[in-house]
Amino acid sequence: MTGIDVIGLTAERAMGLLRAGECTAEELAQAYLDRIAVVDPEVHAYLHVDPERTLAAARAQDAAGGDALSGVPIAYKDLLSTKDVPTTAGSRILEGFIPIQDADVVARGNEAGLVSLGKTNLDEFAMGSSTEHSAYGPTHNPWDLTRVPGGSSGGSAAVVAAGCAPWSLGTDTGGSIRQPAAFCGLVGLMPTYGTVSRFGVIAFACSLEQVGPMTLTVRDAALLHQVIAADSPNDATCTGPRDAIELPSAGRFDGLRFGVPWAELEEGVEPGIRARFDESLAIAKNLGAEIVDVELPYSRHGLAAYYVIAPAEASANLSRFDGVRYGLRVDGPDIRSMYEATRDAGFGPEVKRRIMIGTYALSAGYHDAYYVQAQRVRTLIRQDFDNAFAGVDAILLPTAPTTAFPIGARLDDPLAMYANDIFTLPVNLAGIPALSLPNGLSDGLPSSLQIIGPAYSENLLLRLGAAFEAEHQFDFVPAAMRGGL
Amino acid sequence: MADVELTPDEVRHVATLARLGLDDAEIERLGRELTSILAHVNTIAALPIADVPPTKHSHENADSLRPDVARPGVPRAEALRNAPDPSADGFRVPPIGA
Repeated sequence: MTGIDVIGLTAERAMGLLRAGECTAEELAQAYLDRIAVVDPEVHAYLHVDPERTLAAARAQDAAGGDALSGVPIAYKDLLSTKDVPTTAGSRILEGFIPIQDADVVARGNEAGLVSLGKTNLDEFAMGSSTEHSAYGPTHNPWDLTRVPGGSSGGSAAVVAAGCAPWSLGTDTGGSIRQPAAFCGLVGLMPTYGTVSRFGVIAFACSLEQVGPMTLTVRDAALLHQVIAADSPNDATCTGPRDAIELPSAGRFDGLRFGVPWAELEEGVEPGIRARFDESLAIAKNLGAEIVDVELPYSRHGLAAYYVIAPAEASANLSRFDGVRYGLRVDGPDIRSMYEATRDAGFGPEVKRRIMIGTYALSAGYHDAYYVQAQRVRTLIRQDFDNAFAGVDAILLPTAPTTAFPIGARLDDPLAMYANDIFTLPVNLAGIPALSLPNGLSDGLPSSLQIIGPAYSENLLLRLGAAFEAEHQFDFVPAAMRGGL
Repeated sequence: MADVELTPDEVRHVATLARLGLDDAEIERLGRELTSILAHVNTIAALPIADVPPTKHSHENADSLRPDVARPGVPRAEALRNAPDPSADGFRVPPIGA
């Protein structure tokens, strides 16, 4: 065992230890691997850990004598392709798949000298809000092991909350970074669409998803976003950030106006979540902000529009899994029966459900009524945000209407599961950025504040987040993780 | 659009389009689940918004084009590395016209 205490260690402090020569990258990686060996059997957040590979990568950073982030460990959602390292997307259909290329975000992490600790669990193909839809079993929330960590990036959230990685990357298609960050007491950034390359991200819904950081602090989120936000020749939808990402520090809100869509908060929000949210509004006022009412009338239709658009894109994207080029094959007498048997055996129930919804919505006779209508609603949701941002600098909402729910509680009711994303998915439909950060506890579980801004406002969101963070003084180490585990 | 209730034959038709070989129990369960999800989705079907242009993509005005320069493709051995049934120079599949 090494002497380094990794519980609650931020990436920024890990970088400080390395640059001060207080530990080597190898010692730091070993400390995390020791922690993973003890904790991960309980949390089940990693799908793949290869200690020899991790230690070799750390030794290479030590030998190179790098600076900045060189030697800082990281965990990657198993939706991100990693060259020569198994990548499953949480699905049986990709069991044993070994990518031949790194995702752009992984390549950028490697260039920055980050050391991969492993690949994290997720809802199969990122379709879910609890990580219970992983073909490899659920991940447990480090704050309460009987509860879900959120999803789909639940493994990426749980490893950071459990002290099994200083930070991680997730992906967000309808809330999949922000909601698990909320459930696990972390910071999660959903970047503006098109600022981070999607090359090598196993595709679910291309027009909605982005990769983003999941961290203990807002400054860590900025540091990791600096690494991944960049133009790429490999993704025609990626133009990089408009402004360089700055490291934020806490300041006052004088002269800023924040909008609150009160009408959206009338139903379905747990009292504890609402109480913490109201407290944060008081903090914002004390810091000099003006709080005004904004209307997002089409947001309430976001759930319906999302559950047409995302499955429609998914049904097309997942047609590539056919037992021919990679992954599982279940043989049949002809190619058609091979396709059908392979996909029946390889996909889990939630993925089949979404492929079926998407195929139905795109089929002859229904395309205009469902798919095009949902895209019209998408236009109106974007206009709602544009109208709101004409009068306010940012919009405040809870990230999720509830705290983490018990494992199994929503598995039999897809619509109840989907409804947990009502405050996050309109943001994906609009393609704008949002920062989720801890907002105190409700009955012992993390609550979360979401700050939504116009396109390319990441620096503003990070600055606001740093100020709220300084006021909240949130203790991000779960009590259960301090003791025996 | 009035609420739809998918019949088992309709569910089978969609499964055929999606190339999913579902058994009868899955057809029955998905019929129920799709009916309930579509009932929720139908809340937007009646909105009087026919004149609103659809948004296909939130970034539709952006283009990130690289120079049109030839570069090597994926080497054959790499492309075949993950194939369930590779031949020397391709992917072997069951009979197509059977």
